Amino acid sequence: MISFEISEEIRKQKEYAEKVSREQIRPFARYYDENEHEVPWDFAKFIWDEARYHIGCLLPGSMDLEEPFMSQMHSVEALSWGDQGFYLCIPWPALGGTAVLATGTEEQKDRFLKRFHGKEITWASMALTEAHCGSDSAAIRTRAVRDGDSWVLNGEKLFVSTAKASMIDSKGIMIVWATIDPSLGRKGMRLFVVESGTPGLKITRLENKLGMRASDTAVVVLEDCRVPLENMLSNTGDPQKAKSFKGAMATFDSARPTAAASGAGIARATLDFLKEQLAQNGIVIRYDKHRNQMSAIERDIVDMEAQLEAAWLLILKAAWLIDQKKPNTVESSMSKLKAGEIVTKITQKGVELMGNLGYSRKLLLEKWMRDGKVIDLFEGTGQINRLIVARRILGYKSSDLK
Amino acid sequence: MYSFEPTDEQKLIVDEAKKLASREFRSRMRDSDEAAEPAPEWMEEGWKLGLLPASIPEEYGGFGDHSTLTWVLAAEELAWGDLSATLVLAAPNLVAIPVLLCGTEEQKKEILPAFCTDSYTPASAALLEPRFNYDPNRLETTAVKKGEEYVLSGGKCNVPLAADAEWILVYADLQGKSQGFLVAKNTPGVVVKEREKNMGMLAFPMYSVQLEECKIPASHRLGGENGFDFQLLLNSSRVGLCAMALGVARAAYEYALDYAKQRQAFGEAIAQRQSIAFMLAEMRTDLDAARMMVWKAAWQLDQGEDATRESYLATNFTNDMAVMVADRALQILGGYGFIREFPVELWLRNARGFAVMEGITIL
Repeated sequence: MISFEISEEIRKQKEYAEKVSREQIRPFARYYDENEHEVPWDFAKFIWDEARYHIGCLLPGSMDLEEPFMSQMHSVEALSWGDQGFYLCIPWPALGGTAVLATGTEEQKDRFLKRFHGKEITWASMALTEAHCGSDSAAIRTRAVRDGDSWVLNGEKLFVSTAKASMIDSKGIMIVWATIDPSLGRKGMRLFVVESGTPGLKITRLENKLGMRASDTAVVVLEDCRVPLENMLSNTGDPQKAKSFKGAMATFDSARPTAAASGAGIARATLDFLKEQLAQNGIVIRYDKHRNQMSAIERDIVDMEAQLEAAWLLILKAAWLIDQKKPNTVESSMSKLKAGEIVTKITQKGVELMGNLGYSRKLLLEKWMRDGKVIDLFEGTGQINRLIVARRILGYKSSDLK
Repeated sequence: MYSFEPTDEQKLIVDEAKKLASREFRSRMRDSDEAAEPAPEWMEEGWKLGLLPASIPEEYGGFGDHSTLTWVLAAEELAWGDLSATLVLAAPNLVAIPVLLCGTEEQKKEILPAFCTDSYTPASAALLEPRFNYDPNRLETTAVKKGEEYVLSGGKCNVPLAADAEWILVYADLQGKSQGFLVAKNTPGVVVKEREKNMGMLAFPMYSVQLEECKIPASHRLGGENGFDFQLLLNSSRVGLCAMALGVARAAYEYALDYAKQRQAFGEAIAQRQSIAFMLAEMRTDLDAARMMVWKAAWQLDQGEDATRESYLATNFTNDMAVMVADRALQILGGYGFIREFPVELWLRNARGFAVMEGITIL
């Protein structure tokens, strides 16, 4: 039976996340935007020691959730409402952990994810993009060559989120995408887990970014980086037959709605602020007027609310499908492309509507506009997600629609 | 807990609606539009679905309970077949649903059984008024209580099936509030004037109606002496139009998608070009998003929650979506989109109406 009822479990987690956002995130958002590359340690410790025991998705497995992804969407949205950069530097298994869960053996899951239940604060990261390719991930050049009982990794990775946090600030893990044979294309792709402290992995640069500055984004160089054979992720038991590409791509089906939920949080932050400011200035939004009788500001606000609601419900649909263990590639990409589009528009409009105040760094509107843009870029740009949706609805292979 | 899965019973209804939509609605869509008359099969065959009697409890002659969500699911399928046909088939709702949701016990007993028989009973509602700044909460048609009667005066437009309707639910201003009045067929003072000539919905006859000192018994005020919650019916009407907008948009989207795969240009299907493929991806995305918004508002109505904000947002989004999708579908067909031999121009004309035709349906 169709139902939009939020369970008590999700409601509690969401309320808790909102409180964290108001009290532990928002007041410090501006500082870490202005002081890029500083780590919000107090916040990270607070999450590790306390908050994650109240927010199920941050501590996978420890809470037996009825609707795990649905719950994650609500929490990510609520935390990103506080600040997107803070959300992104939360210590949790994140995308890397999802990849381990999706493609790892039981032994690997235990070995690599155990640390996220320990006392010491730990981050995970995933290294996929290279200088010459992002969305075209099958074209990566980072090589993995077998040498005795280890794999030797060589290459350079770009745009690795929380790379420094996972490798230097903590004893975390990095999932590195590499090819065992470039002539095989995507069939040669494998995922390797590199643990913090492994010789040969260097962070050579921290990017200076438009937004999400509280979270580090780094260039990672692998120079004869040697990992044990057992660090190749594979759920088949036979590394030669590992279906890493497919498994890893499947992680995007859950990563995309999550990124979209983060965008929904930024968009809501903007709208909440705008409505509060308008109310203080005596402007009430009327939900019973026809468009031809509304003021321009009312129309803007109502349109933005409708767009946000549209994106949010697409996110919930995509998450629900994951929880139902049903395929969701189309829904996942739709939620992401819609969220990328609306958070860009809403945050840009927010700056415009508040006039010179919107442009001022005294308020957060301009920051939300800078932060929001990345939602339409990472986990597949809006264009890549349109391509994915188009191929699926048309029944085309990638060679039919390039 | 969230769920986006209809019940087995709803799936069955959707399935039946889908069959009817393609067999009786779509097949007669163009001819009926050109003739500007509904096909008799729409009422005869459509009524056999039993959607309305299934919404009315046994004590009033029906065999079920009302669910906006079930109606929404069925209406999308029906409107996929044809919008005018769906509006005709759902016209009895215009009286039956308000009476069911807001009527007094006497009103339910008097009026509902007629809608539970084996044959279609036309009914109507008069909400819209012919002015650009029409506002459902500030109606110019007035109701004045005189003794044991209400006297209705004013001009209404786009009143569905007004010439044949057994009942017309007239919405009028009563001391600053919009209220409903049940007017029986042939009541003196109801002057059905010319047939409306609109851009679309052509096979759904609508009329201009003048109320000239039309007197009705006080007991026929919807909800009795205390009236009813007008906003609730406005929300239900908006959700109803939205559900049909989903059907119209999906029809256009599916047609354009098929066409784009068939049509060759420069040695490949035009769908193999990103400019076309991306349009289709965006159409599908907004269509799916709109459906979720409409479902949510309908679910809230069924829960007895205030759905004002959600139905308003759904209306806003869905109206734009429907026009966008139909327009792009037409664009994908190129010149053929402009030709009446193809169905897309009809869908665009119909889609444009959703934003302005409040009150012509209710689910």
